[in-house]
Amino acid sequence: MRHTISVLVANEFGVLSRISGLFSGRGFNIESLSVAETLDPTVSRMTIVTRGDDKVIEQINKQLNKLINVIKVHDFIGEEHIERELALIKVTSTPESWAEILSIVDIFRAKVVDVSPRSYTIETTGDEEKIAAITELFRPFGIKEIVRTGKIAMARSPKQK
Amino acid sequence: MKKNGAHIFIECLLKEGVDTIFGFPGGAVLPVYDALFDSPLRHILVRHEQGAVHMADGYARATGRPGVVIVTSGPGATNAVTGIATAYMDSIPLVVFTGQVPTDLIGNDAFQEADIVGITRPCTKHNYLVKDKNDLQRIIKEAFYIATTGRPGPVLVDIPKDILNAQIDFKYPDKVDLPSYQPTFKGHPGQIKKAVDLILSSKRPVIYAGGGVILSNAAEELKALATKLTIPTTTTLMGLGGFPGTNPLFMGMLGMHGTYCANMAVTNTDCLIAVGARFDDRVTGKIDEFAPFARIVHIDIDPTSISKNVRVDVPIVGDVKNVLKDMLKLVQGSKGVADFKKDLKEWHDQVKNWNDTHRLSYKQDHKGKIKPQYVIEKLYEATKGDAIITTEVGQNQMWAAQFFKYDRPRTFISSGGLGTMGFGFPAAIGAQIALPDKTVIGIAGDGSLQMNIQELATAVQYRLPVKIAILNNMVLGMVRQWQEFFYNKRYSHTCISVAPDFVKLAEAYGAVGLRAKTNDEVETVIKEAMKVKDRPVLMDFKVDQFEDVYPMVPAGQPLSKMLLV
Ligand SMILES: Cc1ncc(C[n+]2csc(CCOP(=O)(O)OP(=O)(O)O)c2C)c(N)n1
Ligand SMILES: [Mg+2]
Repeated sequence: MRHTISVLVANEFGVLSRISGLFSGRGFNIESLSVAETLDPTVSRMTIVTRGDDKVIEQINKQLNKLINVIKVHDFIGEEHIERELALIKVTSTPESWAEILSIVDIFRAKVVDVSPRSYTIETTGDEEKIAAITELFRPFGIKEIVRTGKIAMARSPKQK
Repeated sequence: MKKNGAHIFIECLLKEGVDTIFGFPGGAVLPVYDALFDSPLRHILVRHEQGAVHMADGYARATGRPGVVIVTSGPGATNAVTGIATAYMDSIPLVVFTGQVPTDLIGNDAFQEADIVGITRPCTKHNYLVKDKNDLQRIIKEAFYIATTGRPGPVLVDIPKDILNAQIDFKYPDKVDLPSYQPTFKGHPGQIKKAVDLILSSKRPVIYAGGGVILSNAAEELKALATKLTIPTTTTLMGLGGFPGTNPLFMGMLGMHGTYCANMAVTNTDCLIAVGARFDDRVTGKIDEFAPFARIVHIDIDPTSISKNVRVDVPIVGDVKNVLKDMLKLVQGSKGVADFKKDLKEWHDQVKNWNDTHRLSYKQDHKGKIKPQYVIEKLYEATKGDAIITTEVGQNQMWAAQFFKYDRPRTFISSGGLGTMGFGFPAAIGAQIALPDKTVIGIAGDGSLQMNIQELATAVQYRLPVKIAILNNMVLGMVRQWQEFFYNKRYSHTCISVAPDFVKLAEAYGAVGLRAKTNDEVETVIKEAMKVKDRPVLMDFKVDQFEDVYPMVPAGQPLSKMLLV
């Protein structure tokens, strides 16, 4: 089962390697990891996407909590939440394909952020399915390079009735 | 008043109540050694940094107080790593200080630079690099707090040389502020109630106690609960002494070299009460067939230990001592206790039966060859059990666990988790330094002892009357035993008969050396050794090379599949 886990950590040097070391040392896998400061500059948030059966996920949660620099661990499983990642996709372009590429960009509400005679670089954000879908559509044109940020996630606010 | 970082460092240790530190000097810690020159803090000069950490570890295990180490940067720090990993695996509170190259040289491949914080990250409970002189005192405070609270463990503090030389105001914090580190001390009352109910409804209960009982100073509480409910009790290697070895409820150690009785009882129990133990593979054997009929109560301060290896019915996170106290209170008020105990009769008979059919035993050699088990028995008799025993790793360790009876906690000191050869002798030195009036005996293998033999000089220097009893089989015995059982007696590289004359070696260091070659010399040698009060004694017992440790559960087999004598 795939889990997205958000980890609040003290914003100190070495914390990232403590966490990645924990995963590699205990044979847990990391599908993606993203880190940045929170509103409080002494605290960073890491969003980790990992996979494992219940027992492994329980260990991951507990082991993360056990690290001295970890303030809070939150697993989004079974909870309404928003997941996003950002991708930069460099697509081969020819005068014949420009229009078609631009229309895909348009449909997905993506953005062209760099243009050269032979390629368009497109920025897109969204959940995994969206990024997968747009990647598939660009594939026939030839993707020169793709860079993705890894997932970030946030719980949805409770809806008022 | 401002002082340099090195003096501040020592002031902080004194504030922590540290009386002894174990160390070895070098360039990066010269400021500390200069400050030590006229400080009241006792420093024990070792001969190898690994020895320093094991000594601090032995000191900690014998007393419950954190062991403290100081070593230099680079090779000093890397030499300490095995000791740190040993303490980490057994949850021993240590604070290890390493010197580091000056801050502005870090990362430059400077002379004697090693990224010791990186190297020890997976084998410390936590570690620090002091990057700002203003953090030094806070970090020292936190290091001691983290090492000694919750599930204890080693903490490393790496201090660059410029910080040791910087001028700092002495202001040791009296509290730590670590919101992200909040160990659970009290067990959940609902869970405790559930556990007691489960226990009282069982017919074949077993207590399985581990090192956590000793770490949390809960031996009294454990004994009270076990005897109040008359529950047969076994301990792990790490738990020896956590329950009295001479108590009629004690079944001996369980696991790979556990007793027949303990392993059978655990295999047949319907309620396993795990107290401060972590279901290590050397304890459980084949995990799917471990305690197959049991509902399991698991008390541990570390949530990661719970449900890591086995599914648990009633997990209780909390300090073992507190939880046992709370359980006792419930038991004392419970009306079910009398009936529960009455119903245990059959179970007690069964346990007694297992105990009587296969006791720990060995056969004396009729030609007078010394059996290693016999040496342990004679040491027990000579000390009446009133001694601290440390062990090396291998057969010597298992015989010391099996044939000596440990009635009190902190009297059996052994590297259980990491199984570090070379641990036992320096650990004995550390214990002797902590408790100068105690009889401390390091039970050694001829292989292991040579891994830290240089510490004989330390023991002689400080006139420590520590006793070393080598079960000298001239082989790496435990490995040889596996080769005998599982590799067709192909004794590949386990013969170490090219060895020093240990008696002469002891004498060369200024210690006393004694030797027993035949059975009838054993007692005399022990008696002689016990008379020596002002220096270490090394007893070289030439024991039967082919003696094996029984029972043995082959790796990966269930506990009930023991090879017996
Ligand atoms: C540092 C280290 N290296 C290797 C081992 C593997 N090992 C476990 S027991 C053993 C043999 C120990 O020999 P000795 O100290 O003579 O003890 P004996 O088993 O003969 O009593 C070895 C090599 C270990 N535990 N530790
Ligand atoms: Mg040997």
